[in-house]
Amino acid sequence: MLKSLQLEPEKCTGCLQCEMACSYENEGVFNPAKSRIKVFNFHDEGRFAPYTCTQCTEAWCLHACPVEAIVVNESTGAKEVIEDVCVGCKVCTIACPFGTVNYNTDSGKVMKCDLCGGDPACADACPTAAITYVDSSYTGLDRMKSHAAQTVPKT
Amino acid sequence: MRHVIIGTGPAGVTAAETLKKLDPGALVTMVGDEPEPPYSRMAIPYLLIDQIGESGTYLRKNNAHFKEFGISHVEGVVESIDQAKNQVHLGGGTEIGYDRLLVATGSTPVSPPIDGIDHPLVSSCWTLEDARRIAAVAKPGANVVLMGAGFIGCIILEALAKSGANLTVIEMEDRMVPRMMNDIAGNMIKDWCEERGVSVNTSTRVESIAEEGDGLSVTLSNGKSIPADLVVSATGVRPNIGFLDGADIKTDLGILVNRQMQTSDPHIFAAGDVAQGKDFSSEEFSVQAIQPTAVEHGQLAAKNMFGLKNASHQGSVNMNVLDTLGLISSSFGLWMGVENGESCELLNKERFRYINLQFCEDVLIGATSLGLTEHVGVLRGLIQTKTKLGVWKDRLIEDPTKIMEAYLGSTHAIGHNAKIMK
Ligand SMILES: Cc1cc2nc3c(=O)[nH]c(=O)nc-3n(C[C@H](O)[C@H](O)[C@H](O)COP(=O)(O)OP(=O)(O)OC[C@H]3O[C@@H](n4cnc5c(N)ncnc54)[C@H](O)[C@@H]3O)c2cc1C
Ligand code: SF4
Repeated sequence: MLKSLQLEPEKCTGCLQCEMACSYENEGVFNPAKSRIKVFNFHDEGRFAPYTCTQCTEAWCLHACPVEAIVVNESTGAKEVIEDVCVGCKVCTIACPFGTVNYNTDSGKVMKCDLCGGDPACADACPTAAITYVDSSYTGLDRMKSHAAQTVPKT
Repeated sequence: MRHVIIGTGPAGVTAAETLKKLDPGALVTMVGDEPEPPYSRMAIPYLLIDQIGESGTYLRKNNAHFKEFGISHVEGVVESIDQAKNQVHLGGGTEIGYDRLLVATGSTPVSPPIDGIDHPLVSSCWTLEDARRIAAVAKPGANVVLMGAGFIGCIILEALAKSGANLTVIEMEDRMVPRMMNDIAGNMIKDWCEERGVSVNTSTRVESIAEEGDGLSVTLSNGKSIPADLVVSATGVRPNIGFLDGADIKTDLGILVNRQMQTSDPHIFAAGDVAQGKDFSSEEFSVQAIQPTAVEHGQLAAKNMFGLKNASHQGSVNMNVLDTLGLISSSFGLWMGVENGESCELLNKERFRYINLQFCEDVLIGATSLGLTEHVGVLRGLIQTKTKLGVWKDRLIEDPTKIMEAYLGSTHAIGHNAKIMK
């Protein structure tokens, strides 16, 4: 069974080790701005939430790409960007409903989580196990929809 | 089952592959009239600046891809459809029979009624053939006039400017990308271009084009005449439905389809730029003419041609992203807002940053952004899932850049969802 990243905000302390590890693994620099996983700060709630691509089955980014620059890695299930093929048109960045494909102005290409080929650096780096790499299945937009359908108090 | 697909753009190719995946035994034939392997028009700007070669525009990179998939690709022009016999007629007298037919013929640039528009130095930028013609002339020092600064015009603007040519842009409306951006954003893009040496004339028309010496002289509605070695025309497109004249298929601007992408003839489906499909936001049926919609249509049409139940179109979100000489902009859904809706925006003119959000009650229905590259896709997600933002709406009104937080906060176990907030 394929594995995926499990993100548990309630365990996150906001230390940004994951962002550091991700940018170092993928870009060779310790620069959170280059990380494919992002930690969001919820001041009001006193919470942090790490978030990145769920490698959803719909693969909106992959289907929207006009030049076949996003492909599935059969061994990890990750949707990977082939930089040499990507023309930098950014259509995938607006197609991904989770906002997890970002344009890198330095390279002129897009970047997204590729599960580091099956050994995600963020999960290794997280000191509190807020990010773990486990067997599980995600179903993309439907999952997002069912979350969205939860009763959220109106103001 | 014999499936025939007219058109080998993203809509046709996606449909062909989806059909083969659903029914490996089906006979799938694509007919296309361009003398190239199936390619993506969207990649043309990158070909113009030599970032990629022609093969970089191909929709599928493996030469044997379609053969391996068991999809036949026939080069030819479909001239008519015989609905009684379930056949398409190609030029040269060839006939191909179908059980299900998909029309994915895309669209063609319109030629505005201007004297001189047919001159060989006037070109649209729609096909690989056009790109070759443009690349041959748009060289450093050449004078190039771009007619039309709509979405497609703005996309090729960057490539034309990067070619080193002296570029002049002429746009009839009062701002750039008028059908994708509001006043503020459209004019900021104009300022950005002008600061980078591209002359942009809005509220101006091309009145006529005449030969002068080896080149052209372009006369504008402001009385000026400018010299041009090339005029690139990008004044809009029209669905390719001409070959359906006389057929019993309902059309409006494009081919009318239901939520199964089926036309008024139950054996015939339509997808992509040629189809008037459901718009997610307006719930009306309109021609969107964008790549992601063409792909969505292609997938859906194939599922319904195969006979899958419950493959109904929820509607495609109209969305665009543009890179104009390095200024990245995007717009989604009802970016212009609705009556009785609410909106918020954050503007920093000096830094060319802008975000505008449109709400209906506590649901995001549209958005525009300038200078934003992080997490823009979540705007689509929030719109398409009709996420109830609850407290996050007010927080967005306070700071519209918190789109990712709003999505996570209203859909994940954070904050009130985790029962932490009262
Ligand atoms: C320069 C440029 C840049 C673009 N950039 C973007 C962008 O950034 N984002 C975006 O969303 N969209 C963009 N688009 C638009 C996008 O390319 C189209 O929406 C998309 O190509 C539509 O796909 P389609 O399959 O419906 O039609 P097409 O790609 O047009 O394919 C239709 C095919 O059918 C063929 N055909 C037509 N009639 C017949 C016939 N009678 N017989 C046989 N074959 C026929 C046509 O020749 C063509 O090959 C761009 C377009 C251009 C030209
Ligand atoms: S930016 Fe690159 S990966 Fe994304 S859709 Fe365009 S070509 Fe494909």
